[in-house]
Amino acid sequence: MAETEVLMAGFGGQGMLLSGKLLAYAAMKKGMEVSWLPSYGPEMRGGTANVTVCIAEKAVASPYITFPRALLVMNQPSLEKFAPKVKPGGLIVVNRSLVPIDADRPDCTVIYIPANEVAKEAGTARAANLVMLGVYVGWSDVVDEETTIKMIEKQFASKAKFIPANVAAFKKGYEEGVKARGDAK
Amino acid sequence: MARVLMKGNEAIGEAAIRAGCLHFFGYPITPQSEVPEYLAKRLPELGGQYVQAESEVAASNMIYGSAGVGIRVLTTSSSPGISLMAEGISYIAACELPVVIVNIMRSGPGLGGILPAQSDYLQATKGMAHGDFHLIVLAPSSVQEAVDMVILAFELAEKYRNPTMVIGDGMIGQMMEPVEFPDQEIGPPLDPGDWALTGCKGREKRIVNSLYLDPEECNQQNIRLEKKWEKITKAEQRWEEYKCDKPYDLLICAFGMVSRICKTAIDSLSEEGYRIGLFRPMTVNPFPYDACAKLVKKSKRVLDVEMNMGQMIQDVRLAAEGSKPIEFFGKAGGVVPSPDEVIDEIRKVMKKAGIKKPKKKTSPKKKIGTAAKKKTSKKTAKKSAAKSSGSPKRSKIRRKR
Amino acid sequence: MYKTFAYTQGLTPKPTHYCPGCTHGTIHRMVGEVIEELGVRERTVGIAPVGCSVLAYEYFNCDMFEASHGRAPAIATGAKRSRPNLIVFTYQGDGDLASIGMGEIIHAANRGEKITVVFVNNAIYGMTGGQMAPTTMPNQRTTTCPAGRDVAEVGYPVRMAEQIADLRTPAFVARVSSHNPKEIIRAKAVLKKAFQYQIENTCFSFVEVLSTCPTNWGLSPLEASNWLEREMIPYYPLGIKKTPEAESGQQEHNSEGV
Repeated sequence: MAETEVLMAGFGGQGMLLSGKLLAYAAMKKGMEVSWLPSYGPEMRGGTANVTVCIAEKAVASPYITFPRALLVMNQPSLEKFAPKVKPGGLIVVNRSLVPIDADRPDCTVIYIPANEVAKEAGTARAANLVMLGVYVGWSDVVDEETTIKMIEKQFASKAKFIPANVAAFKKGYEEGVKARGDAK
Repeated sequence: MARVLMKGNEAIGEAAIRAGCLHFFGYPITPQSEVPEYLAKRLPELGGQYVQAESEVAASNMIYGSAGVGIRVLTTSSSPGISLMAEGISYIAACELPVVIVNIMRSGPGLGGILPAQSDYLQATKGMAHGDFHLIVLAPSSVQEAVDMVILAFELAEKYRNPTMVIGDGMIGQMMEPVEFPDQEIGPPLDPGDWALTGCKGREKRIVNSLYLDPEECNQQNIRLEKKWEKITKAEQRWEEYKCDKPYDLLICAFGMVSRICKTAIDSLSEEGYRIGLFRPMTVNPFPYDACAKLVKKSKRVLDVEMNMGQMIQDVRLAAEGSKPIEFFGKAGGVVPSPDEVIDEIRKVMKKAGIKKPKKKTSPKKKIGTAAKKKTSKKTAKKSAAKSSGSPKRSKIRRKR
Repeated sequence: MYKTFAYTQGLTPKPTHYCPGCTHGTIHRMVGEVIEELGVRERTVGIAPVGCSVLAYEYFNCDMFEASHGRAPAIATGAKRSRPNLIVFTYQGDGDLASIGMGEIIHAANRGEKITVVFVNNAIYGMTGGQMAPTTMPNQRTTTCPAGRDVAEVGYPVRMAEQIADLRTPAFVARVSSHNPKEIIRAKAVLKKAFQYQIENTCFSFVEVLSTCPTNWGLSPLEASNWLEREMIPYYPLGIKKTPEAESGQQEHNSEGV
């Protein structure tokens, strides 16, 4: 893998910026160069929030990317806005719990997952963002499961009681990602 | 020290601490508020002072007071706030006090917007405030460089007793990248020298003043400042050359974050066989005119790319002295030019200039987004320009002590 | 022979540029004596304003800043917060402090900066040639209100000492006058107290000193002193407006001074 870009988008408060951070941490841990560039707006909560994570073996040139290789979306406006921009052959992960429409990209791998329900089963409905991240990590070969889980544990170190459910949510997503990759091959 | 993933604004705050700056006076404004937030937490822990001023006007005068008593001091703001600081900055420059000011630029004019822009280039390098004076202005293109340049800014500010500014667009402040800090947790304090107001015990009283009612005295003061600037101009130019060691047809000029967007575009077109180089000033004031001129000379055409309506292009034109047509591509208002847009623009310019790719591929195969190793000219290296090709790896502008 | 009167160490021997009858010189002298008597001259940093006393940095015999117009309290904040052992005072006129520098003075006071502010109120802009100040008296004629200050048009003169005293933050706030020997003696005692509060690191201290401007008032020095007493004092009552010992939010009005 030379380099990749992942765009994670949703409403503010859904945790996509955090998912991006965990991916960046994990990639950095693996010795990669990374950049984490958020959209930032005047809204503190509830507005659209998206983040682009670039991962490369050498220096990340432009951290600002208009055509990402992967897109993870938590809401319909983000899918409508960004799905057409994903590079051909790329990946789109859609949170089916919140997005009723389909991505019109036959040239991409599209994974639909009811992330909220999956997260709830894992123990916390709030971890839908980690289910999404899990799907991406499982599907791609950018970072491995173990490193990402370590980053999740580190992130929640001060709130240790939340770790098991969050890790479980990530793992469930990861399994889906691995499955989807198997199906594609 | 191990690399950590850090938001630009917070990294800037930490860099100041590493440089030994424990005093901050400022006012919140998007998109740089994480700097005061970070320092509000850290400085009291370290026995320093964080003061939230009532306005940027007050903040600029607080740093005047702080530097005047011989304390290393920082303020940060974003475009509209910097305009308000113009007053204090002029006085500080006149009194030759070492302060560091960081401008995380947003779009303008007026209230503009909160998204990234580079539209304060001319303000920082040419017209900061009333009177004849110059700021040393550094323009980082990554979070690591922001850290290195904040540390360098203190060094230069103190070496020349001249206010020094670091300008980055909103992306530099908001994005996270891996950074490495110097090992020293807190740098040594500023030497108050023979100018700071520390109380006149055992010596003559000192005055920090910019009033010269006698025109000849004021003239001499201006001459002194200009002479200092000549010295700075000679000794402190820093720049980066990217893919300029091989023949190129088109030279792109860009500073800060935009230079990285241009690199992605250049890499992509190099793959197709086009020959394109990049010139990036790291000190935008003093602007490396000679270096720029040399690179312009070797090109057939020049394209200047900025996140504004064309500001640095004035300096590129000065450097080119009419020898080459200088094309411009810019986006403003918080719109960031994408690599693809830059590619389209480059194609347009090359078509217009009749530049075709050489029949034989000269560029090595590169995938989009990978930066090639850049060779730094001897002169650049001597002047301690970053050796990296915009890589977030530590560049050679680390504090010397 | 005995020396009965000498230069204070707190001032340089340089002759001042002030007009005859102006009380800036007297106020300088009082501040200089206080700094000397309290033994803090060698660790004092003063901040001169823009206005008639713009050259005060030449006259006070301690380290001095020259400020931009109105910003002395911000500079004092920067200096004091950076070197808390310094004794930091600002010396500001009414245009400087009550007009362009209103924001800086209120916020420095409200933050409770451990600085001392000497505010000289002569109800007019002196250096620029006698224009209306925020403290110009109702109906008082100036070059920019030639028919007299019309309060319906430009509002009433600002009572700075009362404004500062009204803040909840503990402070020492007083108004004194410099128009006759009795008031000068009181004024000096109050100034001394103000500096003492700073030396003890207690609180922000603010002393408004009513002052004359015979030149721009168009009066002789004696007439100016009388005018101050007759016109200004009733509007700007003298006394200690607030002490840090008083309960927060409560003002202490003491027309007797100290």
